[in-house]
This record gives sequence, C-alpha cells and structure tokens, in this order.
Amino acid sequence: MGSLSNRTWIHAWLFLSPAMILLIAFTHYPAAVTLFHSFFSTPRGKRPAKFVGLENYETMLADSTFWTVLGNNLWYALGTIPLSIGIAIAMALWVDSKLKGRAFVRMAYFTPTVLPLIAVANIWMFFYTPGFGLIDQIRIPLGFSQQNWLGDPDAALNAVIVVAIWKEAGFFMIFYLAALQTIPTSLREAAAIEGAGRWYFFRRVTFPLLMPTTLFVSVNAVINSFRLVDHIFVMTEGGPDNASSLLLFYIYETSFRFWDTAYASTLTVALLILLFAVAIGQFLLLDKRVHYR
Amino acid sequence: MIATRTAGFDYDRALNTTAAWALALVWFAPLIYAVWTAFHPTEFSTRFVLTAPLTLENFVAAWNAAPFARYFLNTVLLVTSILIGQFVLCTLAAFAFARFEFRGRDTVFVLVLLQLLVMPDILIVENYRTMRFLGLLDTILAIGLPYMASAFGIFLLRQTFKTIPKELDDAARVEGAGFFTILMKVYVPLAKPTYLAYGLVSVSHHWNNFLWPLIVTNSVETRPVTVGLSVFSSTDQGIDWAIITAATLMTSGPLLIAFLLFQRQFVQSFMRAGIK
Repeated sequence: MGSLSNRTWIHAWLFLSPAMILLIAFTHYPAAVTLFHSFFSTPRGKRPAKFVGLENYETMLADSTFWTVLGNNLWYALGTIPLSIGIAIAMALWVDSKLKGRAFVRMAYFTPTVLPLIAVANIWMFFYTPGFGLIDQIRIPLGFSQQNWLGDPDAALNAVIVVAIWKEAGFFMIFYLAALQTIPTSLREAAAIEGAGRWYFFRRVTFPLLMPTTLFVSVNAVINSFRLVDHIFVMTEGGPDNASSLLLFYIYETSFRFWDTAYASTLTVALLILLFAVAIGQFLLLDKRVHYR
Repeated sequence: MIATRTAGFDYDRALNTTAAWALALVWFAPLIYAVWTAFHPTEFSTRFVLTAPLTLENFVAAWNAAPFARYFLNTVLLVTSILIGQFVLCTLAAFAFARFEFRGRDTVFVLVLLQLLVMPDILIVENYRTMRFLGLLDTILAIGLPYMASAFGIFLLRQTFKTIPKELDDAARVEGAGFFTILMKVYVPLAKPTYLAYGLVSVSHHWNNFLWPLIVTNSVETRPVTVGLSVFSSTDQGIDWAIITAATLMTSGPLLIAFLLFQRQFVQSFMRAGIK
C-alpha cells in the first residue's frame, strides 16, 4: 500500500462518486429505509410514527387482499413468461430465416416494444369493450354471447396478461435474434449433411445453445412481471374486486390513495424479498445448469 | 434455417411463412386499428368501409382538449435531461470500473448491479419521501433524478471500455495527458456506437415511463405525455374512442415515427444493448 495506490483510490472515487451518490440515494438508501419503516406505524396528523414491531407483517399475513394480489401476480408471471418467451423464440427463428417480407414482419413484431404501454392500453381497452369492441365484433357473428372481458373477475386478469405478452414478446425476440446469429453456420451444414430435420436440429442444437439467452430473458421477464403495472391503471384499476390487481399496483394504492405508507413499506419489503429470491434462483441456475459464456 | 431443396412446392416453408405473417398481422393489428379509428369520423370506429371519409378532426379535438404541446415539451425536457445525466455519470463510473485497480472495486460493482434487480420504480414510497424532503415534488428533475445513475448504462459502457486496448491510454499518458483527457479523447469517441445504442434504449424507455412520473407530478407544467394521456382519457366523460385513439397516436407519435424511420438502427441497438 504505497502512495501510488492511494492516489488511484482517490482518482477512482472522483470518477465514481457522482453516480454512487445518486445510486445510494435512490436505490440502497430507500431499500434500507423501507425495511426500517415497515416496523413502524403510519404517522397521521399529530400522531407520529411509533415502533410496532412485526404488527404490519401480521396485518399483511392476515390481509386477504394481499394474498389475492400475490396470487394474481404469480399467475400473471406464470401466464406471461413462458408464453412470451415461446412466442419470442418462434419470432426470432422466423425473422432469422429467409422469409418473404422479412423487414415488415420484424418491424411488426417489434413495434409494441417502442409504444408506451399506457397508450396502447387505451387501444386494447377498446378491443375489449363488451359488444362494441373489436373482439366481440368478431365473436358475436360467430354465435358467441357478449363478453365483458375487463369487468368479469374470471376474465380480467387474463385479458391483462394478453396485453403484456403482446407488449413483451417482440422485445425478447431481439435477444434471441442476437443469440441465433452467433450460432455457427457450420453446425447447420453438418446437420443438413447428416440429414437431420429442422425440428430435430432445433431441439438438439439450437434450443440448448439458446439456454443462456433464455435464462437472461426469463430473469428480465420475472422482474418485469413485478414492475410493469401501467396497463392496470388504464384498463382495470385492479378491478373488479382486485381480480386484476398486481403487487406494485397494490403498493401504489396503499401508499398514494389510502396514504398508509407504513403498510406500503411492508408490502414493498415483500416485493423485494420476492425479487431477491428470483436473483438467488438465477444464481443457482446459472451455476449448475447453464454453460454461460 | 436449413435450406431444404425439394423439387416442387415446399410445404414446410409455406406453412412457416403463413404463420409468421399471421402473427405479424396480429401484432400489428392494434396499431392499424388505432390509425383507422383516429383518421375517420366516430361513426366509422367499428365500421370498416373503405370509402369512409378521412378526417383530422379527432386530432384537432384531442389537441384542443388537453395541453398536449406542454406535455410534449415536458417529455422532451425530461428525456434530454435524463440522457445527459446518464451519459455523464455512467461514463465516469464505467471508466473507473474499467481502468482503475482499487480496493473494494468488485464489491462496489455488485452494489451497482443490484439496481438491475431493484429498480427505482419499485421503491416509490421512499423515493417520494426523499423528493418531498428535497423540495423537488412536481418538478421534471424529480422524475429524472432516480434514473440518472443507471446500472445498465454503467455496465454497458464498462464492457465497451474494457475492449479498448490499454496501450492506447499508455501512449496518451506518455504524452502527458491526464485521466480525464484520456477519457474524453480516447474512450468516449471509440464508444460512440454504444452511446447511440444506449441513447435509443434510454429515450424510448423514459418516453414511455408512467408510474413514477404519475406519482411525482401533479400539474400541467411538469406532466410528461404518458401521464397527460392518462389524465385525458380518464376524465373524458362519454368516451369518444376516435378522439382517445387520436390522442394515443399523438402521444406515441414522435417515437413511432422515429422508429419507422430508423427501424434498423433501433433493432440493432436493442440487440447490441442486450448482449451481455
């Protein structure tokens, strides 16, 4: 440890500190303080916050809305992630192959990614309008009855899931497209000489080689499934009767509609724990199952 | 795909082409539909008659019903300030991670990467409190500040900087250049493609962002277009879909036009930005 390494240290921190100050202020500090506040009551009027220990957590575990919303969010993740990844792989394979009108097809797949979710949710809401909307316009002549997609507790969450898949598949396609282009053509040629069919080649060669991408994409998809709630605001407001509410939307409501910030902090801690579980899961998977570059 | 050379008609290829096109049309349908509805009188919202008269009335009505010009200005200010902040902060940090050996570097880097998992969007309760404490509520700065130290940007630029041969900055050092000069004269110019890619990703992401701006803003002077649109479409009594789709198209318009013009660059930049 000479004066040289001290100088390096000072230099490094001169470059680092602007970013680190903001990063700590808006990520690490709030995460820590959220945990801290979850052990206190919400200050109201003249009554300051007081330490309540695990009371907020007990409230949370007894809160049926919390369980509904958590269940919704898991179903939402389960519904969006495999489907959007499956569709993304198909899209990437198609767009990577010699296809008539490839430029248009690629653009069509990718367009939802650049559109604001809050804006396209408007269009989708119109599609879902009972009787009048596009989906019912197609269904009713086929002999189906009118369906209130967003107003029916059994259908609302799935209707929201469809929008999420539509929004995300094209984005994930890009990562697969990038991965496909790194697969050496000699592999394909060898397989073609061996007489391997396309499906066989996909199953035994392409798909295993796409595993690192799938892992990366699925982690992104999981994070997004807890983070992206924009369409809920326009399409359902979490309703009917919380049937389509997601965890972050519930946190928003608790904090900014009911102003119960302590309970919102507790819910945020639950969300953070979920996200860390995902990260740890990813780490283990990455270690054991996937041969990462 | 493997070129299967069979005499006559290739069923496999035809099937794939059809499926690919069908999916493309489904994916594009909402946009086509929005364009149709926005450019035709309300009574043609669900009646697809090719002879229906075209009109710009819906756009005029939407434009007059809400201060969209102001919203656009806010969004442009927001997106630009975030981009400048990100470029400056992430460049400095990425350079430190890529080129300095110092104690605790790896630990600090992990602390940065944590933000990929816990984005500011999730910590809305405490970040709102912080903004109130700083007296920044309802300002454009408050919308942008949490995003300026972006872990993604730091990571991306660090990867790029690491590929630049060290001999280059040794040579510059011999000439007597300081770290900052080397960064500006050698590293930044060589990383131009990464900046472009990151810039496109950042602009489109923050143009579209909604939840945090919704929480932090409450006046016309600060609201970005996404929040403006949501206010517009929820307060409108007796929903007129033609006007709402017109407003929707206006909101996504600039980004959409940019995307249609620079489609190739957009896709490639997302591709480049995505490769880990």
